[in-house]
Order: sequence, then structure tokens, then C-alpha cells
Amino acid sequence: MSAHGRHLTNLTLKIWRQAGPDTPGRFETYRIDSISDEASFLEMLDVLNERLIADDREPVVFDNDCREGICGACSLMINGQAHGPQRGTATCQLHMRKFQSGDEIVVEPWRATAFPIIKDLMVDRSPFDRIIESGGFITAPTGGAPDANLIPIPKVVADAAMDAAECIGCGACVAACPNGAAHLFTAAKVSHLNLLPQGQAERFSRVESMVETMDEYFGSCTNHGECEAACPKSISIDFIALMHKDYLKAKLANRRELSRT
Amino acid sequence: MAQAVSTRGPVTGTATAKKRRKLFLLDLYSTAVGKKYAMAISGIALMGYVFAHLIGNLKMYLGPTEIDHYGEFLRELLVPLLPRTVTLWLLRLGLIAMAVLHIHAAYSLTILNRQARAVKYQSERDYQVANFASRTMRWTGIIVLLFLFWHLADFTWGWVNPHFVRGAVYRNVDASLSRVPVAALYIVANIALGVHLFHGAWSLFQSMGWNNPRFNRWRRGFAIGFASLIVVGNVSFPVAVLAGIVER
Amino acid sequence: MDPALDAKIPAGPIEDKWDSYKADVKLVNPNNKRRFKIIVVGTGLAGASAAATLAELGYQVDAFTYHDSPRRAHSIAAQGGINAAKNYHGDGDSIHRLFYDTIKGGDFRSREGNVHRLAQVSVDIIDQMVAQGVPFAREYGGLLDNRSFGGAQVSRTFYARGQTGQQLLLGAYQQLERQVGLGGVRLWNRVELVDVVVIDGRCSGIVTRDLVTGEFHSHAAHAVVLATGGYGNVFFLSTNAMACNVTAAWRAHQRGAYFANPCYTQIHPTCIPQADETQSKLTLMSESLRNDGRVWVPKNPDDRRPADEIPEEERDYYLERLYPSYGNLAPRDISSRAAKRAVDSGRGVGPLKNGVYLDFSAAIQRVGFDTVWERYSNLFEMYERITGENPTKVPMRIYPASHYTMGGLWVDYELMTTIPGLYCMGEANFSDHGANRLGASALMQGLADGYFVLPYTIGNYLAPLLGKPAPGADHPEFKAAAFAARDRFQNYLEIGGTRSPDWFHRELGKIIWDYCGMERNEAGLEKALSELPALYEEFKRDLRVTGDGASVNQTLEKAGRVDDFFQLGMLMCRDALERKESCGGHFRTEYQDEEGEAKRDDEHFAHVAAWEWTGEPMKPVRHQEELEFEAVHLATRSYK
Ligand SMILES: Cc1cc2nc3c(=O)[nH]c(=O)nc-3n(C[C@H](O)[C@H](O)[C@H](O)COP(=O)(O)OP(=O)(O)OC[C@H]3O[C@@H](n4cnc5c(N)ncnc54)[C@H](O)[C@@H]3O)c2cc1C
Ligand code: HEM
Ligand code: HEM
Ligand code: SF4
Ligand code: F3S
Ligand code: FES
Repeated sequence: MSAHGRHLTNLTLKIWRQAGPDTPGRFETYRIDSISDEASFLEMLDVLNERLIADDREPVVFDNDCREGICGACSLMINGQAHGPQRGTATCQLHMRKFQSGDEIVVEPWRATAFPIIKDLMVDRSPFDRIIESGGFITAPTGGAPDANLIPIPKVVADAAMDAAECIGCGACVAACPNGAAHLFTAAKVSHLNLLPQGQAERFSRVESMVETMDEYFGSCTNHGECEAACPKSISIDFIALMHKDYLKAKLANRRELSRT
Repeated sequence: MAQAVSTRGPVTGTATAKKRRKLFLLDLYSTAVGKKYAMAISGIALMGYVFAHLIGNLKMYLGPTEIDHYGEFLRELLVPLLPRTVTLWLLRLGLIAMAVLHIHAAYSLTILNRQARAVKYQSERDYQVANFASRTMRWTGIIVLLFLFWHLADFTWGWVNPHFVRGAVYRNVDASLSRVPVAALYIVANIALGVHLFHGAWSLFQSMGWNNPRFNRWRRGFAIGFASLIVVGNVSFPVAVLAGIVER
Repeated sequence: MDPALDAKIPAGPIEDKWDSYKADVKLVNPNNKRRFKIIVVGTGLAGASAAATLAELGYQVDAFTYHDSPRRAHSIAAQGGINAAKNYHGDGDSIHRLFYDTIKGGDFRSREGNVHRLAQVSVDIIDQMVAQGVPFAREYGGLLDNRSFGGAQVSRTFYARGQTGQQLLLGAYQQLERQVGLGGVRLWNRVELVDVVVIDGRCSGIVTRDLVTGEFHSHAAHAVVLATGGYGNVFFLSTNAMACNVTAAWRAHQRGAYFANPCYTQIHPTCIPQADETQSKLTLMSESLRNDGRVWVPKNPDDRRPADEIPEEERDYYLERLYPSYGNLAPRDISSRAAKRAVDSGRGVGPLKNGVYLDFSAAIQRVGFDTVWERYSNLFEMYERITGENPTKVPMRIYPASHYTMGGLWVDYELMTTIPGLYCMGEANFSDHGANRLGASALMQGLADGYFVLPYTIGNYLAPLLGKPAPGADHPEFKAAAFAARDRFQNYLEIGGTRSPDWFHRELGKIIWDYCGMERNEAGLEKALSELPALYEEFKRDLRVTGDGASVNQTLEKAGRVDDFFQLGMLMCRDALERKESCGGHFRTEYQDEEGEAKRDDEHFAHVAAWEWTGEPMKPVRHQEELEFEAVHLATRSYK
């Protein structure tokens, strides 16, 4: 049984405030006198925002929506960790019981050249969409799909693909990576589709264009492994190796006819 | 480094531009993943050299004639098929090429990564798994590089070696390493190399895409083993010289 | 029968309606498709699949979402699964059975024609999604696995771990992004629809607000498709995402689209009970848990012992007791009310005594810990993150919460609203679920509408328009609408009152939940209808929105949404008041039998109530679409 109804007292929040993409930002300090430990981290920010409105000040802007750890909207750097201290947990699923009374909590936006700050803690992650647009799909126009049970897929393969497919596109991997690399995000999608029989036709053209689109925006991977540690879905960096392997195959093996579509 | 679209408006046709492809190896090397591949390959070659070099140097413990003879053997390689020292030179050229490739890739990736986060985090980062070795690759690498110059000037060209005698390997080593600061330099440099390899010899598996649940467990072990072998082996020489085990 | 409410159901036997419709529907020839611009608002399952398919067909598509990426639409949160009449397990499933279960589940308040079509295309959906690479759960033989879901006696639900909605949405999202990459779709992200423009009786486009720059823009098109999701957030606390809202549908309603059955809202039985006052939303625990979890409360209200110390004979497994044949898998509305009664009778569990147990110990003993963990690990982990309790040791605590809205914009067989050229799909329309939706049927409906229905039916409207000039975005009507919208948002900023939009939303939610929630009655609804206008007046007088309208301002966005929720709330209560019967999610305490089961009144209420906007939130006009049942005969809905 968790200690219900416990309260945390006098928390100090240092939150990054920035009016727009090109205006300079700074940390502002706020105090939370008391908050239930049942509250989620974002609900704690809600409480702060309600108070700011009451004081006729502008509330803190931050992306969030589902608050179930699945939509990937929430994106906060909490005390130097992407999504905060709890492993395999998105910011919105982080609860105050993970903190102590009297804590100082520093909140920053994701920082990457490809993720320009829109306002306060909100950043623009659309380069992820560009990566998907360049090949993160299986070309299967509506209609005319064969029966779903036509191709049996070994359970292990389906499960491995699912492990990769769990990515919620939050960008914590980029935020956490010392090199600002998007390898984990890209590898997750490449692996999800390249592991499945349906994905084979476009396997090599897919990895080629996705990796090269990724290159236009993000840094390179030197295998720090921070991304895996920050990933709310604990996606394994093994998939990065898988992506490297497929990319090299795509480049080195001569399959112009087969996959340079 | 491309920025995300901050000008507002609809997004469309982002994947229609046809990429112009270069000659395939250049094409590969032009991407970050390709460069990492180059780093891994060159890294492996350099590891191979350092390993072979260590084995060769161990002959030192078998006495002057052995090691000098070994040096001679290197110069005599594949004679008479090829003239004297030609093979050695080919090996050297290959080695130089690898080092240059490794360094160039390291350099350009470092630039890329700096640009990828133009504005740093304004609060302190709390790293979870990135270790000292992985975060200092550039610096340990550079230390090794600087060491290398001294090292060549010391044993190959003899510029910084008191009464250097070409070919008298044993004598040269003894002469140089009996100077405490030089010995210290060697020790520091080789520890740096060890740190570099502690990450590098693991990291290369990821970069090469060598990933298999069956042997993944061994990757870290291999890196530790290889790094410590090099460090222990190489550090033993200056120590041995100072301790007088290696003596004229 | 109201002339405006002609559902245009094709003639003929139920099995042939859809095929005969497709056989003689008007088509637009491939080269002419690119001459038509179609606006799709919403990029959830319904919107993304429609936008992608329309672009594949060759139409010019503009897709809008207020999210930063289509992948964030709330479809992503669907956990349990998606139904399809594949009968892969030979347990006697068939299109007709899925059709019947859906009609029955909807308590005989949905349209036979639409529902049968839904059951028919459900089969194609699974094929389509698998072809796109959705990693559905597999058996060891490599074939697709199924689970059973509430309200069905066959197992026809396909799933991908506890993230079915995520995997399906990502599939549709990837098809959409492919079209964006190819130039078939123009994607507008972080852009919100704030008005719908109707010119000469046809829907001619929309007015939007850019959430980043605050700018208002007009967009003209030959047809507009709304796929903007449900309005469950009217309750404030619901399982919907924070931003889910009724704005798009409501603006269309104000422009002449009838709003159907607003009082049909679904309360989901298995959500995590509210833990404290700061709670911003409730989290669903997938209904699939009821496959292996047993629902119970202590027999004795004052029993304060921890669950594992309460002996079997002192536990009341009330669902198994009341509904032997369906047991823990009884439909949502029934299980929800049963839970409410258990808690109201003082036998609630947990620190606030506001939940019932969902117990897995029996299942763990039966099939073993690993199997159970395999099935629900990510739900168990989510539960533990939120409550700090491990459900494999301490039974889960659950309680009903607002989850889905069956009501929505009225649409005909072609998914067209009462405004020609304006279509509505997915949860935003009212079409297929009657008074109660069966689990795993909304994903099915969203994808059916988007992939397999609208792309056909829209051609029937567009074909005759070929070569005819359509009004452009510079038309005075657009200008007027854009000005009105700008004024509306400027006004929110200028009221300068004392209370935030969230405060009003909470208050609104309380009223709706108390009087128009799981159980309704005349007195309560009258009360709500007297309190709501007062609170709404206060909202208009005392609202406070800080910041400006020229950059991201989430408080301002919220203000606009709460405004529309207020007007919707009044319509909901009115609709609930007028529907003097109990059916599905709409339970009127006055209309129940001695065992407390819903009493329908087929004689007077076997119809759809579609409301017309008059300019006065409190004075809507009620229209009726009579429901004819040919294939099924109206039966009392018994799950005993
Ligand atoms: C927690 C949860 C679990 C569920 N589980 C299941 C399940 O297991 N099985 C099942 O069948 N169903 C389930 N459902 C129901 C199902 O997920 C939804 O009904 C369905 O996904 C709705 O899809 P949609 O495309 O209609 O709307 P959404 O997916 O909600 O998409 C709405 C879209 O409209 C956009 N939008 C809305 N308003 C505007 C505006 N004014 N301007 C611009 N864009 C706008 C949004 O950005 C979004 O892209 C679940 C629902 C919830 C909340
Ligand atoms: C000469 C100067 C050197 C520099 C500047 C340098 C720099 C670097 C850098 C920046 C990396 C990238 C880190 C990573 O990708 O994990 C790296 C990787 C590596 N280096 Fe070096 N290094 C140098 C010398 C060496 C030497 C002498 C060896 C071997 C004896 C070596 C072996 C490796 C290996 C094996 C890797 C891992 C490659 C990979 O992960 O793909 N390096 N080096
Ligand atoms: C304490 C450890 C070391 C000792 C005692 C040592 C000793 C020597 C000696 C005696 C030579 C000259 C051989 C000859 O000219 O025949 C030599 C050459 C060389 N050493 Fe080392 N070395 C050590 C470590 C290293 C390391 C760590 C590196 C690389 C990072 C290195 C790279 C080289 C190179 C490149 C040459 C030139 C080879 C050639 O001329 O072809 N050495 N070393
Ligand atoms: S890989 Fe993990 S961290 Fe990166 S975007 Fe996907 S879920 Fe987020
Ligand atoms: S942290 Fe960065 S370096 Fe690679 S392993 Fe992850 S992307
Ligand atoms: S808000 Fe959706 S993942 Fe956090």
C-alpha cells in the first residue's frame, strides 16, 4: 500500500521561461508550499499555472495531452534527466511521490538544434515527421490487401517488432543524447518495419532514406546509451545496431535493381 | 545543420526531391552512420596494430638480440619477393591511412555533434549510463595522437632519443625510458589509450551492427580484456626499464 | 419523418445494401479528382486514414490538427483492441453476429444499415492494417491472436499488447505521412478549426487559428470532413486527453449541422479512481483486464481489512452473481452502474472508499503469473506508476469514468451532415453505436469510416460539382467568419475577470457528472438546466485569460473550448430530459424495472433525436429520425 494522502512541502521550482524562438530565455524560480504526493508532475505544474493566472501572470507553456504516457507530447528535462528520475516513464506518468519535501526541481525544455523552442518548455519536434515521411511506412494503399492470416509471422518476430514499434515519438532520446542524435527514434521505426515480412520489399530503400533524412537534422551516435536510459518505452539500443547493419547492407550490397526505388 | 521549420504553413512534398548519389564508398562516408563505420574499421585496424606491436615489444624481455632481430625481421619481411623494407612501408602506409581516416571521421563527427546541440543545457546534466570513457573519447584520442608524435621522434627518427642508433631497438628503448619523465609520459599515454579502448572496443560492435543476443554479453568483457591487456603490457616496459629489469 | 433527416439508406436486403450502393454510386474519374480540394479536420484514426486514402485516390487534401504531429491524436490511447468478424477461431462468429451484437449492445438505438456496413468492412480493416505492418499479437503458430471483450460471446478482438490504438494510429499516421512526403496531402499542424463556412447552402471551407502565431486564416474547399473525436471532456474528469474538445463539431452545429443524441455518453467501468483534488484526468485500465480479473467488493460495508485478508465467503462478486452468463464481461453501462451501486451502498474500497476491486489472484493461480503478466504487463506497470500499488499483489481498484460519446453530429448513410458538403467521421459523428458502444468497436468504426466508407461516398457529392466554380477564401462570408472568430478570442482576453478557464471547466464538469452522468432523473436535469446558464453567464463575465493572442497561449485555447462545452452541456441535459426512457448509456432512474435494469420505451423513443441550433443555447429544436428495424427484432437487452 502506498502512503495515501501524504503531502510534499516547500518545493522550489526553477523553470525555463522563454517568450519565443528567438528571444533569450532564463530560469525563473517558483515555490510550491504543499502538494499531494498522489499528484502527477504535470498536475503539480497545473497547480502552479492556476496560481500564476490568479496573480495575473502568464502560465508556463508545456506540451502534453494524453497524460497516460502514450501520445509522446510531454517533454521535460527534469533535474538534468529527460522525463525525470523514473526509468521507463514519461513526464506525465511521473508522480510527486518520487520527490521529497524541500527538493529543488529544475525544469528545462528539450535542447537540440533540430528542436527549436517555441515557447517556455514547448519545442518543435516536426523533424521526426520528416524522417517518417522519407520512408517510415509500408507502401500499402487502401484496398486490395491480402487476407491478414496469409503470411504467418512467428510470435518472436511479431514481439520483437512490437518492442520497437512502442516508440511514442517523444524525443527524449535526442534530448538525452550527448550528441543530439535521433538514432534510437529512427532505429525503432526502421526495426519495427524491417523485422516484419510485410516490410521486406522496401527494407533497404527505407533505411537508406530514413537515415539520410535523420542526418540532415541530428547528431551522430557514439554509443553512449543515454537514449535507452531516458526512453519512456525503454527501447533497446540493440535496434541501433540493427539499423546500422541494414544501412550498411543497403549501401554496400549492390541491389540497385532490387531496392534503389 | 537543418533547422526545423519555424516559419508556419502547410508541410508537403518533403520526400519528393531525388537525392544525387556519389560513388558508393564516398556516398557511404558522406553520412554520419557511414563515418562511424569508417571509425570502427580503422579503429579495429589500429587495435590490430597496437596488439601486434605489443607482442613484438614483449621480445624485449628475451634480451637485446631477440628484439633487435625482430626489428630486423620486420624490415626483411617478404624478402626476396619484395625488396627490403618495402613490405614494412606498405604496412606503415596502411597504418597511416587508417589513422588519418579515423581522425578525420572523429573530427567531422565531433563538429556535427556540436552543431546538433548549438545551445547547451543551461542546467546540470545527470547522466545515467554514459561513462567517463565514452564522454572523453576525443580527448583520450588526442592524447594518444600527441604521444604518437613523440613516440616516432623517439624510436623511429631518434630526434628526442639520446645517442639513438637506428635499428638498435633494445638500446634505444632503454636509453629513452630510463628518463623518468619520458617513462611517465609513456605510462600516462597508454592509460589514455586504455580508456579510449574501454569504450571503443565495445562501441565498435554497435557501429558495425554486430549485435546478437547470444554474444552481446561478451562485448563489454572483450573491451575490458583488450584495454587492460594493452595497458598492462605497454606500461610494463617503462616500469621494467626503470626497475632495471631491462638493462644493457 | 423529418425531411432534413433522410438517412438515404439504400433499398434491398440488409446484406446487399452496401454493395448495391457501391454499384451505383456516382464516381469522379481519376484525372478529375485532382481538381477537387477536400479539407480533413482531425488526423486521428478516422481523419488520418481518410486523408491518406483520399490523397491516394488523387484528391487534393488539406489535413488539419491542433497537435504538433498527427501521431498524437487521442486514438493513440486506445488500449484494448479492435473488433472484426474474421471468425479466425471458428467460434461461430460472422458478419451478422457482429452486426447483431453491435445493435444489441447499442440497445437498439442505432441504424441497421450503417451497423451492418460496419460489420462488413471490419474484415477488410484487419487485412489493411496488417499489410501496413501493425504488429498485432500472434499465436506461436504465427497466426493472429484474439481476445474476447465485453458484450460479446465470441472472441473477435485483435490487439497489440495494451497499445492497440497506438499501433493502429501509427499505421494510419504512416500512410498519411507517406502522402505528405509525396505531396498528396498538405499537413497543417498546431492549427485549430474555429469556424465552418457555409455559402449558398453548401459547406465551402473553414476558418482556423494558428496556435503558434495566433493568426486566423480562411481555407476554401469543395468539401470538408470533420474527424475531430468525442466530447467526453465535457465532464472535465474523463479518460480523454487534455485537449479533446467539441469545438469543431459545435461550430458546425451552430452553422446548421444537427447534433444527434448528445445524452448518449459512455461511462467506462474500469478506470483508476480519483486520488486527490488536483487530479486533471482519469486513466483507463483496459476492459480486456476483465477477461482475467474478477470484480468484487466486501459484503460488509465496514470491512476495513486489506483485500487478501477478506475470506472468499465475505466477498461479493456482484457481476458474476447478477449476470451469470456474461459475468465480469457484462457490457460497460451495466458494469458501470453495478459498480456505482456497490460504492453508493458504502462498500467501496480504497482510502476514499471510491472504487471496487479487480482481482487477478484467481487468474494467476489458474494460468500462472507469467501468462497473466505477458497479457497485461504494460497495464500493470501503468497502474503501479499512478497508484504506487502492484496489482499482482494488491487487487486493482477501479471505478467508472466518462470515456466515450456515442452522440455527435447527425450524419446520413454517406456520413454527410445536414449541411451539404460537410461530412463527419469517427467518434465525432453519432452513427453506429446507438445508446452504448461495445468495447473495441470505436477503432473499428474510425477506420471503417476513414478507409472504406467516406472515400466512396464523397464522390457521390463531388461528381456533379465538376467544372462548377466554388467560392474562394476571399469570399465575404469567409472574411466575416474570420472577423467573428478573431473578435471571439479577443473578447476572452479582454473580459479580465478573476477565474481561469480550468476553474469553470471543473465546475461545469461537476454539474454534468452529478446530474447527467451514470444515472439521470428529471429533477436533477431540471436543476442542471437552471445552474448551467447561470454558471455560463459568470463565465462570460468573470473569465480571466492572461497573456496575449499573438503567441502560444494554452489558456486562450482552453477558454474557447470551455465556451463550447458550456453550450453542449446544456444540450446534453436537454436531450437527456426529453428522452423519457432508459437505454444504454442513458439511464433514467424513473425508467427501470424492479431489478434496476434499464426500461426502454420502443413505442415512443425508437428514434434518433437530432437537435437544431437556434442561436439560443437553451432553446434548441428537437427533430426525430425514426429507426426502422427489419433484420433484427427489438428485444429487451438481457445479459443475465
Ligand atoms: C483511454 C481510451 C481507450 C480507448 N480504448 C479503446 C479500445 O480499446 N477500443 C476501441 O475500439 N476504442 C477505444 N477507445 C475509443 C477510441 O479510441 C476513440 O473513439 C477513437 O480513437 C476516436 O478516433 P477519432 O479519429 O474519431 O478521433 P481522435 O483520435 O480523438 O482524433 C481527433 C483529431 O481531431 C483533431 N481535432 C479535434 N478538434 C480539432 C479542431 N477544432 N481543429 C483541428 N483539429 C482538431 C485532433 O488534433 C485529433 O487529430 C478508447 C478511448 C480512450 C479515451
Ligand atoms: C589518433 C587519435 C585518435 C582520435 C582523435 C580518436 C578519436 C576517436 C573518437 C572521437 C571515437 C568515437 C567514439 C565512438 O564512436 O565510440 C573513436 C572511436 C574509436 N577509436 Fe579512436 N581515436 C584515436 C586513436 C585511436 C587508436 C590509436 C585506436 C586503437 C588503438 C582507436 C580505436 C578506436 C576504436 C576501436 C573506436 C570505436 C569505433 C566505433 O565505435 O565505431 N582510436 N576514436
Ligand atoms: C610502452 C609502450 C611502447 C613501446 C616500448 C614501444 C616501442 C616502440 C619501438 C622500439 C619502436 C621502433 C621499432 C623500430 O623502429 O623497429 C616503435 C615504433 C612504433 N610504435 Fe611503439 N611502442 C610502445 C607503444 C606504442 C603505442 C601505444 C603506439 C600506438 C598508439 C605505438 C605506435 C608505434 C608506431 C606507429 C611505430 C612506428 C612503427 C614503424 O616504424 O613502422 N607504440 N615502438
Ligand atoms: S525512442 Fe524512446 S525516447 Fe526516442 S522518441 Fe521513441 S519513445 Fe521517445
Ligand atoms: S545516447 Fe546518443 S550516442 Fe547513441 S546510443 Fe543513444 S544515440
Ligand atoms: S502527455 Fe501523452 S505521453 Fe505524456
